[in-house]
Amino acid sequence: MARNHEAEPIELIDEQTTFTLFELCQSCSVEAETIEAMMDYGILEPAGGSGRNLRFPASSLRRTRVTLHLQRDLGINLAGAALALELLERIDELDARLHIFEDPEGD
Amino acid sequence: MEYKDYYGVMGVKRDATQDDIKRAYRKLSRKYHPDVSKESDAEEKFKEVGEAYEVLKDPEKRAAYDQLGSQWKAGQDFRPPPGWDAGFEFRDGGFTSGGPGFHSDFFEELFGRHYAGARPEGFRRGFRMRGEDHHAKILIDIEDSFSGAKRSISLRVPSLTEDGHVVARERKLNVSIPKGIRQGQQIRLAGQGGQGLDGGEAGNLYLEVQFRDHSLYRVDGADLYVDLPVAPWEAALGTSVKVPTPGGKVDLKIPPNSNQGRKLRLKGRGLPGKTPGDLYVVLRVTLPPADSEDAKRLYEEMRDKLGFNPRANIGVS
Repeated sequence: MARNHEAEPIELIDEQTTFTLFELCQSCSVEAETIEAMMDYGILEPAGGSGRNLRFPASSLRRTRVTLHLQRDLGINLAGAALALELLERIDELDARLHIFEDPEGD
Repeated sequence: MEYKDYYGVMGVKRDATQDDIKRAYRKLSRKYHPDVSKESDAEEKFKEVGEAYEVLKDPEKRAAYDQLGSQWKAGQDFRPPPGWDAGFEFRDGGFTSGGPGFHSDFFEELFGRHYAGARPEGFRRGFRMRGEDHHAKILIDIEDSFSGAKRSISLRVPSLTEDGHVVARERKLNVSIPKGIRQGQQIRLAGQGGQGLDGGEAGNLYLEVQFRDHSLYRVDGADLYVDLPVAPWEAALGTSVKVPTPGGKVDLKIPPNSNQGRKLRLKGRGLPGKTPGDLYVVLRVTLPPADSEDAKRLYEEMRDKLGFNPRANIGVS
């Protein structure tokens, strides 16, 4: 397929976007069993559908990838990855809040 | 080519045991993991640590590296002496992190050719028609989201050379930033991921958006925050002032008796979208210095006439 420098079409993935099980497997190069195991640990929660027609919220792509990285790079199991994800999200929230209320004078 | 001090990177002595090295690696890889760390150079550090571990954990590579001697300093210009690796036998080792193609020149020179034929991530065994999806992060400005923008980005893609080496190739892309995109959201570029095999379609490219720090605005989801310095009398008596917004200056009414830190909301002036965000103006009362006779007199007059105790609610005066 021809590749031009103008990368179109572009699609924004926002809160309304969902991924099918197939899309999620494809974009993270994993089998459906891996996704199912992540569901068992609450790392992924489907937004609807069932069986082959499961649909996942947009955040699932990032959660799946971070879980895979933590497993591969740090040897963390799924229970640990689920905890790490929750803590990381909590830190992101707190950081954002801190950033907003930060005194610009910095003292 | 710059010499790499792998022991320095790992923070261990040259006579460290394999266990010491393993422990140091585990600690550092947690500290600098790009998904976990908040440090701006985490990814670079993580790769550096991964490369150091790849050499030091492997007794043959470590011995070969040690043989270069301890007189070298990190960053020093380095050429391997001829025949430096004679008598060493290298087994094919696994990659600890980052994947091939992202090693330093130093590593490639010493150990690179022993990996000839290694395949970049994505070339898995088995037959796959469609190209793989690729993922990357891009940094944009808040204004890019506010009004939409075209941005040229460059990505590093691992690719195979003719003799089987893996190199990082630069790839330039022009991307339209969708209006209203928020921190952490992704855009999908259909067909811009990995090439398909045997005429299969190409994979997609996912770009995750992060905002650069802005000198004026802070961002929370679709809402923006801006600090507005005001004089004490402006806050006390109320006034109308101009405030900067990404869409241009707007008039804002400051109600009388406003205090430090009061948040005033400009509805719909945040990032655009189906439900546009709001812009919060945070008042910062700024005191004029008492650096003249007039200023001192005015402060003294306030002290004498207002009978104001700022500490009334903590029970002291």
